[in-house]
Amino acid sequence: MKDLRLERDVQTETNKIEARKVQVYYGTNHALKDVDVDILDKTVTAFIGPSGCGKSTFLRCLNRMNDTVASARVEGMITLEGENIYDQRVDPVQLRAKIGMVFQKPNPFPKSIYDNVAYGPKIHGLTRTKAELDEVVEACLRKAALWNEVKDRLQSPGTGLSGGQQQRLCIARAIATSPEVLLMDEPCSALDPIATAQVEELIDDLRSQFSVVIVTHSMQQAARVSQRTAFFHLGYLVEYGETGTIFTNPKDPRTESYITGRIG
Amino acid sequence: MTTVPPNTGAAPSAQTPRAKHSLFSPDKRTAARNAQESRFRSYGLVAIVLALLALVWLLFSIFSAGLPAFRQTFIEIPIMLDAAVLDKDGNGDPAEMASVTTIGYGKLIGKALGIELAAKGIDIGEMTAKDLVGMVSENAAADLRDMVLADPKLLGTTIQFTALAHGRIDGYFKGRVTMETAVRDNSTSPEKLMLADQLVAAGMMKMRFNSGFLSMPDASDKRPEAAGLGVAIIGSLYMMCVVLCLALPIGVAASVYLEEFAPKNRWTDLIEVNIANLAAVPSIVYGILGLSFFINFAGLPQSAPIVGGLVLTLMTLPRIIIPTRAALKAVPPSIRDAALGVGASKLQTVTHHVLPLAMPGVLTGTIIGLAQALGETAPLLLIGMVAFVRDFPGAPLSGLFDPASALPVQIYNWTQRGDPGFVERASGAIIVLLAFLIIMNTAAIILRRRYERRW
Amino acid sequence: MSLGLLFLTVLALAALGYAVGRRKAMGTVGGDMRKLHSLPTFYGWITALGVVVPVLVVSLVWLFLEGFVIHNSALSQIDPADVPADSSINLMMADVTRLSQGLSVLESNGLDLAVIKQDLDALKIALGEAGVAMGNDPTPNMIAAAEAVRTTASYSRLGLTLATLGLALAGLAWGLRRISPDFRARNATERVSIGLLIVASLIAVLTTVGIVVSLMAETVHFFRVYPASTFFFSTTWDPKFGGGSTLGIMPLVWGTLYVSVISLIVAVPIGLFSAIYLAEYASRRVRSVVKPLIEVLAGIPTIVYGLFALITVGPILRDWIAMPMGFGNSSSTVMTAGLVMGIMIIPFVSSLSDDIINAVPQSLRDGSLGLGATPSETIRQVVIPAALPGIVGAVLLAASRAIGETMIVVLGAGAAAKLSLNPFEAMTTVTVKIVSQLTGDTEFSSPETLVAFALGLTLFTFTLALNVVALVIVRKYREQYE
Repeated sequence: MKDLRLERDVQTETNKIEARKVQVYYGTNHALKDVDVDILDKTVTAFIGPSGCGKSTFLRCLNRMNDTVASARVEGMITLEGENIYDQRVDPVQLRAKIGMVFQKPNPFPKSIYDNVAYGPKIHGLTRTKAELDEVVEACLRKAALWNEVKDRLQSPGTGLSGGQQQRLCIARAIATSPEVLLMDEPCSALDPIATAQVEELIDDLRSQFSVVIVTHSMQQAARVSQRTAFFHLGYLVEYGETGTIFTNPKDPRTESYITGRIG
Repeated sequence: MTTVPPNTGAAPSAQTPRAKHSLFSPDKRTAARNAQESRFRSYGLVAIVLALLALVWLLFSIFSAGLPAFRQTFIEIPIMLDAAVLDKDGNGDPAEMASVTTIGYGKLIGKALGIELAAKGIDIGEMTAKDLVGMVSENAAADLRDMVLADPKLLGTTIQFTALAHGRIDGYFKGRVTMETAVRDNSTSPEKLMLADQLVAAGMMKMRFNSGFLSMPDASDKRPEAAGLGVAIIGSLYMMCVVLCLALPIGVAASVYLEEFAPKNRWTDLIEVNIANLAAVPSIVYGILGLSFFINFAGLPQSAPIVGGLVLTLMTLPRIIIPTRAALKAVPPSIRDAALGVGASKLQTVTHHVLPLAMPGVLTGTIIGLAQALGETAPLLLIGMVAFVRDFPGAPLSGLFDPASALPVQIYNWTQRGDPGFVERASGAIIVLLAFLIIMNTAAIILRRRYERRW
Repeated sequence: MSLGLLFLTVLALAALGYAVGRRKAMGTVGGDMRKLHSLPTFYGWITALGVVVPVLVVSLVWLFLEGFVIHNSALSQIDPADVPADSSINLMMADVTRLSQGLSVLESNGLDLAVIKQDLDALKIALGEAGVAMGNDPTPNMIAAAEAVRTTASYSRLGLTLATLGLALAGLAWGLRRISPDFRARNATERVSIGLLIVASLIAVLTTVGIVVSLMAETVHFFRVYPASTFFFSTTWDPKFGGGSTLGIMPLVWGTLYVSVISLIVAVPIGLFSAIYLAEYASRRVRSVVKPLIEVLAGIPTIVYGLFALITVGPILRDWIAMPMGFGNSSSTVMTAGLVMGIMIIPFVSSLSDDIINAVPQSLRDGSLGLGATPSETIRQVVIPAALPGIVGAVLLAASRAIGETMIVVLGAGAAAKLSLNPFEAMTTVTVKIVSQLTGDTEFSSPETLVAFALGLTLFTFTLALNVVALVIVRKYREQYE
């Protein structure tokens, strides 16, 4: 584990998202039990754990994407800057503009590269003129380290890019709505190692502006990109703390078994 | 689409974050977008409601027009079958008795009605015996004649004869004919309608279930009250038998070949496109094919169920092949591998394992294909099934070559008649047709629910 | 021997072949099944197939050719000079056919044909009593022709009976002789069976060929007696019985397109929005109830829609819209037919669109929703553009359905061929005219009848093009997301 960046410190201690006693049910299946987490601002938080442990489920709770699953039911409280996102008055549309999401499989819309990135700003009305929109698109593509590769073919379809480019396009698309939190659900699982490295580098850059939450099945990746790590197992949040501590000195025996490869 | 105002939140620039806004109070733009959302959603709801309303309207219109066809007005008249009139030579020979035509029997009915009315003390005013005959259907005389010829022993006795009331009298009780229309009508008169009211009061005239609608043959233009679906139902039944006997085996055989044996090359691809296209060819084109091939070229008779059956078979084939192939495709390859693995030949694998497993899907597809064929009208018009047929076709197989009608064509035929009584008949016939379709489709659904497997 | 009896006899022989073949196979090995190459049933099957298949092939060909032979034998008896000026050889042949049937009826009624044939008047009366209607009175030549028909037919039937029975017996004998323990009965059976399967799958191709050939042949015939330029470009449709008709397809095409466009205007928004609602918004329960209900509309026969147009929609449109607003006073109108046809094709649009919308990957929806788009924004800007090719295919299929639809327009649109813009006027379509030109007693050499085939070919070509384009689009679309 040479890649462990133990020296990396957490820059800020403000809580962006606080989750208390979160329960998730799919029908009668109790998928997530009693999860308490504080997610810090301007930090990369990684959720790790074996498949089916509930890490993706919890991630989808954070921007209420579970609303789109008819059988899902969420209990408990999750607050974004002190406001309960499951409150009756909260409009999930507005919430998701603040908490963006990048998915496991790159899912560019069957539109041009430009339109993919411009989609969010357009629906949220973030720009007033075409020039402003152009500026936003360019800035986001630059931030996603994609600008140089696509600047000459902004009007060609986004589905024509390579897998790694598609995923960076999706990240550009997500940050174009200027979210406060960026959720990433195993963003590199469909990518080759080189593309993975590019995306990881990007995540590290994004930390300066957003709070990033990343679900990953790769412990190395969690160690490389995150400052804080949460370990999920069988629907429970087993351990949560600074990434260095989790990987070098886990308190819970289950975490240790997972880290050392005995379960998972 | 309505345009949504730009976000009133400050700083649209890419670099600066948006102004903080509480999640609890939606900003103006979000409110507008949500309004648009519910508008869009309501378009969908409105569309569904419209579609369902159309269905309800259609069914309501047909049922309200057609249900009266199942009830019919009858007059009960005691008739003295006078041997002196009906059998002049008194030898009871049916051949000689046949010389008395329906007109003679009609007079007899008129006379008997007059006598009965006098006996009941009903005043017929200035109505003549001829007017009285006009109270009953023109078919009644023919029915009475058939009855007597079939059983000459009835001669000389007095029988309680149940006659169909005239179509206009029946229409009067169903609200189709009123005193005002009767004034302008050659076939009836207000006096007759008033007499009908009196007959009802006297208990001689009643409306009851009309089983003849399902069993009697078609009747001519002036006798809607006597028109029935007997020949049409038999004709449709014959055609469905032909379709079932030909389309099911051929369809299954073709699907099995295409799905299990055919090499995947350009030729089989062509067959496939061809089948998909045949399913969408307008039905009337099949009618032209039937006319020029089966009738003009092969010399089969017009109006015969066999020709209708053959045309419908060709139409139904692609509609059976498509679901059958889907059912075969749904059987997992592991089953085939298992059978081939123990040394079964490919044909044995298919007949012993794949086909039985696919059978529910095949049968469901077949029933639905048959139901579509049952309601098909246009091609049958071209092969002459629209002709007026009063005689029941004979027993199969030779009966398949006799002229017959078919349910949908009979409906069309009745819509082309002048007497408004036929609109009621046509709608009633649709109810019968729909009943058959509902039975068939329910069978298909039950079959699917019970036996369909999910792999 | 009647055809039915013959058929049953052959089947009985086949059954016999099965039983005997099976037994004989077992007999050759002394009852020890293991010594046979194949299972005993296969020996039975191959014998039975050997009986049935040749008989089937020969008798079908025979019945097929029989018609020609009979026709020609009758034709040789008729002197072309005999044909009345106002009639044609075809009409005369129809009379000959009826006469020959009438003679058979009279014979079975116990009349002496030899006597009655001498007396034409008596023959006419007798035929009338037997319920045989003739176009023209019988002439000696026609009687001779009718007799020729009868003799040829009876010889042919006798020949067929002998041929099939002989063939069946020969097949049986040959099949039984072949049976020996080493005979590969299973392989032989399977080869024959697969051959039969191939024949079955060719019937679909033959149907298409049959459609094309029959339409083509008569259309060529039509264009020989009628100028093609008038047919395609004339704006008048005015068939006359005595000849001198103007048969321009333009008004019919106009009526067809007008009705179809109205029906699509009704069906596409309703069908598409229902599909969107069902696919994207409706709960599982609502969907499971509403979807089949909408599909009921597709299962209702078109004649029902026709009657609905005739007795309900037509009068309502006339009394509530057309008459008060002065558009016209007909209840059979383009609007009536279009509206009712629109209702009929709602499910074609909605079912196919529903499938297609469901095929759009969920990940695209998630991507859009995850950016904070509302469901309707997601549908309008992501789902529908992604599904557009498929939806276009669905609409094209619905259009093809509308163009080829017959009964609704026959009962709802009227019969007057007109080029008008007023939707509350009666107009007519290609299909209506095919029906009206081909029903009733028709004479197959006049342009008024033959035009129906040219109309049919036009209709077939048009719908074929639409179907093929639609099928290709839908297929491509499906592959894209598979």
